[in-house]
Amino acid sequence: MNVLGLILAGARGQMLGPLTIKRASAALPICGKYRAIDFTLSNMVNSGISKVGILTQYNPRSLMDHLGSGKEWNLDRKNGGLFILQPFQSTEKDRLWYRGTADAIFQNMTILRRGRENHVLITSGDHIYKIDFSKVFYEHVRNGADVTIVVKRLDESYDLRQYGIVEIDENNKIVRFEEKPEEPFSNIASLGIYFMNKEFLMELLYANVKDGKYDLVRDIFIPNLGKINFRAYEFKGYWRNIKKSINEYYKVNMDFLKREVREELFYKYGKVYTKLKDLPSPKFTTTAKIKNSIVSDGCIVSGTVEDSILFRNVRVKAGAVVKDSIIMQGCVIEEGARIENAVLDKNVVVRLERDIVGTTQYPAIIEKGAIV
Amino acid sequence: MRNVVAMILAGGQGTRLGVLTEEIAKPAVPFGGKYRIIDFTLSNCVNSGVYKIGVLTQYKPRILNRHIGIGRPWDLDVKDGGVEILPPYQASDENVWYRGTADAVYQNLDFIDQYDPDYVLILSGDHVYAMDYNDLVDFHISKFADGTIACMDVPIIEANRFGIMVTDLENRIIEFQEKPEKPKSTLASLGIYVFKWKFLRKILIEDSKNENSSHDFGKDIIPKIIEENLGNMFAFEFDGYWKDVGTIESYWQSNLELTKPIPPFNLYDPNWKFYTQTEEMPPAFVADKAVVVNSLISEGCEIYGEIENSVIFQGVIVEEGAIVKDSVIMTKCRIGKNTTIEKAVISERATIRNDVTIGIGEEAPNIERPDIYTGGITTIGNDVTIPDGVKIGKNCAVYPRVTEKEFKGITKLESGGVIKRT
Repeated sequence: MNVLGLILAGARGQMLGPLTIKRASAALPICGKYRAIDFTLSNMVNSGISKVGILTQYNPRSLMDHLGSGKEWNLDRKNGGLFILQPFQSTEKDRLWYRGTADAIFQNMTILRRGRENHVLITSGDHIYKIDFSKVFYEHVRNGADVTIVVKRLDESYDLRQYGIVEIDENNKIVRFEEKPEEPFSNIASLGIYFMNKEFLMELLYANVKDGKYDLVRDIFIPNLGKINFRAYEFKGYWRNIKKSINEYYKVNMDFLKREVREELFYKYGKVYTKLKDLPSPKFTTTAKIKNSIVSDGCIVSGTVEDSILFRNVRVKAGAVVKDSIIMQGCVIEEGARIENAVLDKNVVVRLERDIVGTTQYPAIIEKGAIV
Repeated sequence: MRNVVAMILAGGQGTRLGVLTEEIAKPAVPFGGKYRIIDFTLSNCVNSGVYKIGVLTQYKPRILNRHIGIGRPWDLDVKDGGVEILPPYQASDENVWYRGTADAVYQNLDFIDQYDPDYVLILSGDHVYAMDYNDLVDFHISKFADGTIACMDVPIIEANRFGIMVTDLENRIIEFQEKPEKPKSTLASLGIYVFKWKFLRKILIEDSKNENSSHDFGKDIIPKIIEENLGNMFAFEFDGYWKDVGTIESYWQSNLELTKPIPPFNLYDPNWKFYTQTEEMPPAFVADKAVVVNSLISEGCEIYGEIENSVIFQGVIVEEGAIVKDSVIMTKCRIGKNTTIEKAVISERATIRNDVTIGIGEEAPNIERPDIYTGGITTIGNDVTIPDGVKIGKNCAVYPRVTEKEFKGITKLESGGVIKRT
């Protein structure tokens, strides 16, 4: 597939509070061993895209560390491969921070101009889903669309007012498009995944960004709805945007405890690749009691773990209880401690007999490296 | 590290592992949830800073070749050095196969010479251990030795299984006994050697011309050097964990030892990591009704049944009602509903269907190899399918790729039984 993949990974995700102080939302740890961006990146690679640009802005250190040379995704290549597109200073006066999605791509016009790709796929780094992008590609070409937007009919578990809502006609042409409407007029949401002809994107950017139109959707797509041939590609699988809220982030992690979700996200349309850590298999000792949980490499479990997700290298000591919680890499839960409905960021130590209890609606969040 | 080349002997079959090495070489046998046995030696090398490695293969090397590749998991994909697989090859008038461990190194003199090393480490790809080779080489240099053998104190009753060193007060080897009936000491050779390359090179060339030699380090080279006093040989005493998992019983036992709260061999040491080539799989999932006690469960596993005192490798699915006890289950096995497995070693990609029982009844010696299939452990080869409801006793062996066809009409395999592929 002769397509350039672009992943917008510059967002902080303010709604996630302490979890995104030190990392961009695309670098959020998820399901034991992954970072959010792994899903989109693996989708691209599995669909045959071999050149991927990642647009970063908000604290990218954690993300950079994770991606490295792109080796885990087979993107350490001579032709194509992984490109990290960070904002930078130069003598041109218009440079510094990305002022919006369109501006971000515009400032990296070189990657568009230099490649031989005919199409561009623009996605976001913090969505959790598995898709075969080549199907979107065929649909795009078959419809002769200028822009194909991947959409999904959202059920009542999503708050429609937080998404871009579209209306489509019988030919899948998008006839109405509003960002986060107060009163949603349909349940079809744009998933922020855009497939377009490269030349066309370049024209749009040259024509608009100079006039201060920095946001791709709000300033360029929506005002030109009548002039551009927008088509919808309906996606029917699991899809969640984890930066919407802490509750959403928590729920998405817990969704992995369902067999059908694991089957779809891990085994459909290829594997999910992530940075390798060389750790031994998790160990469960004589006193361990474990139910309905995900446990990653390097863990040693001697206590009770129920309905939870343990990331790599977690220690749950004897007599400790972990329920309905997300315990990130390197945490230590000491003897007799009790954790319920909580999210523990990396390397948290919970001392003997301490309790951390949240609610399903408002899980307790403990910051990275804290000692409780 | 100084200019050191490591040669890893990985050509052995390991016949005493029975059906486990029917299709793969012993160094490629899976171990400890996600590793293969050679990973320990390879990881020891890179952790010790040895980045010039030759792996000598001979017996069924395909899986080993694929596993090692260009050595990327061990950071051995470097520009100067790295890992190279050295299979036997045809030369104009020579024997094609490696005639012994020493001959294998001799036939690759050019490989070692290209690095012009000061020292050569001769290692085995068959052992499970963590050793910093710097300690060994430092000792070797400090003694102005020509050769140094890593040794370990073993119980006197086991001494007859090893090459035994008799040393003086300075650890100089004054006598060597290969598998002696009456051992004079308890200092056993671990098959880990370091030599001055110039010294060893000369000895190997001489040995290659000796038609009475079996060209083996333990049987020919070491005894010859000591008996004829050709050089200074020293014994380096190693006090860590070292195991030659050469038999099914010791293989089974050393795997199960890893599940102990404080195991004798620590995989979890952040300062001495073991690296391996594995398939990308999601983290392990343990279901609501599952019970997991005293076990290792690896990535990609989905556990719905009960697991006790077992090592479960990657991508294993254990269905509801299944019970796995005191067993080693290798990569991508499927354990069906209400199946019970006790004291078994099940090799890669085996499918054990529903209501199967493995490890029942009284113990009886194996009809084919009573010396290999011991300890009441039943061994199932790779890619085996065991159909619904079959009962299998103790000390049994099922050869690789046996399927429903071979089990036709068999509902019970008595203890000590063997099933082969037809």
